[in-house]
Amino acid sequence: MSTRQMELEVMRYDPEQDKAPYFQKYSVPCEDDWAILDAINYVKENIDTTLAYRWSCHMMVCGSCGMMVNGEPSLTCKTFIRDLPDRVRIEPLENFPIERDLVVVLDDVMEKLRMAKPFIIRKDDPPPEDREYTQSRANLYKFKQYTMCINCMCCYAACPQYALDKSFIGPAVLALAHRYNIDSRDQGKSERLNILADHDGVWECSFVGACSEVCPKSVDPAAAVQQMKIDGAKEWWKQKLGGGKS
Amino acid sequence: MSRQPYIRPVSKTTWYMRNGRYRKYMLREVTCLLVGVYCFLTIWVLAILASGSQEHWNAFLVSQQSPSVVAFHAIALIYFLVYQTFDWFKLAPKAMPVQLGEKKMPDRFIVIAHYAAWAVISLFVFWLAGVI
Repeated sequence: MSTRQMELEVMRYDPEQDKAPYFQKYSVPCEDDWAILDAINYVKENIDTTLAYRWSCHMMVCGSCGMMVNGEPSLTCKTFIRDLPDRVRIEPLENFPIERDLVVVLDDVMEKLRMAKPFIIRKDDPPPEDREYTQSRANLYKFKQYTMCINCMCCYAACPQYALDKSFIGPAVLALAHRYNIDSRDQGKSERLNILADHDGVWECSFVGACSEVCPKSVDPAAAVQQMKIDGAKEWWKQKLGGGKS
Repeated sequence: MSRQPYIRPVSKTTWYMRNGRYRKYMLREVTCLLVGVYCFLTIWVLAILASGSQEHWNAFLVSQQSPSVVAFHAIALIYFLVYQTFDWFKLAPKAMPVQLGEKKMPDRFIVIAHYAAWAVISLFVFWLAGVI
């Protein structure tokens, strides 16, 4: 296996010592088949054990290794060395406060997740014992892509609206809410729309579309948000015209 | 250990210079200025027609024939019609996905349907205006 010497410029920040983040350079002998996460792991194991960052599965499932790679929000386990130049700049995900080095504070999004009520809400009786709510495959395919989100938060790092206004609920949470809204087993759409179709919800989105372009799982949150705008407008008219609720 | 998260500053006036994706978005959004200009132009023409003054109408026609106004119309039309229409129609399948049974209709069919509807409505407007 051939190796390539790469220069990693990594953003560092120690809250107990530094007033502001700065870049530190590491020279790393990278193997051809490495992802950028492997290069960061190499630094941690061989050069600088103080480097702080999150990762877990190394297979695009856990969503913890999201970082800015040359300015682009990326899952570092899915971003390969062979596709990058010899010098790579690695920063913590944009639009989030930096806890330490490459670790960001995600409290805000975790709090917003509650608002989406990401679970099936039923208004009628539960199904008979030993039975479940049935669903056709056609119903499942309507929302399946939105179940693929791994909460890597790359979409939040790409969203200029969230950068400018932290009250915006944001792409991943809205996509998750939409996933439940269009699930044929769910009856909680009007409950969610009361919050999500409000000013800080879907209407704050101006359809830049960056969230969908950077999503490593092709969830397409921008599509979910635009569909929720249509749903929100329909619900508003329904309530205006007859007090009807879905 | 004390927590002191660092918040990176974001410029409220130059944020869209950060990458090409944002600049492209701003280019689309700025077309609203042309919509404003055309609304103004339409109201102006209606006001002239409502006044019934042949003199004012002729003056308006003359004003529209100057090279700078023709150039403005050409740029505005190409930029507004082609760029804006292309960009929005490209995004239409996101807002209006169509699922037939278990299959999702390919995006290009939805985009083509929008262009077709645009052509039909344009022809209808031309017919109403007596152009065809």
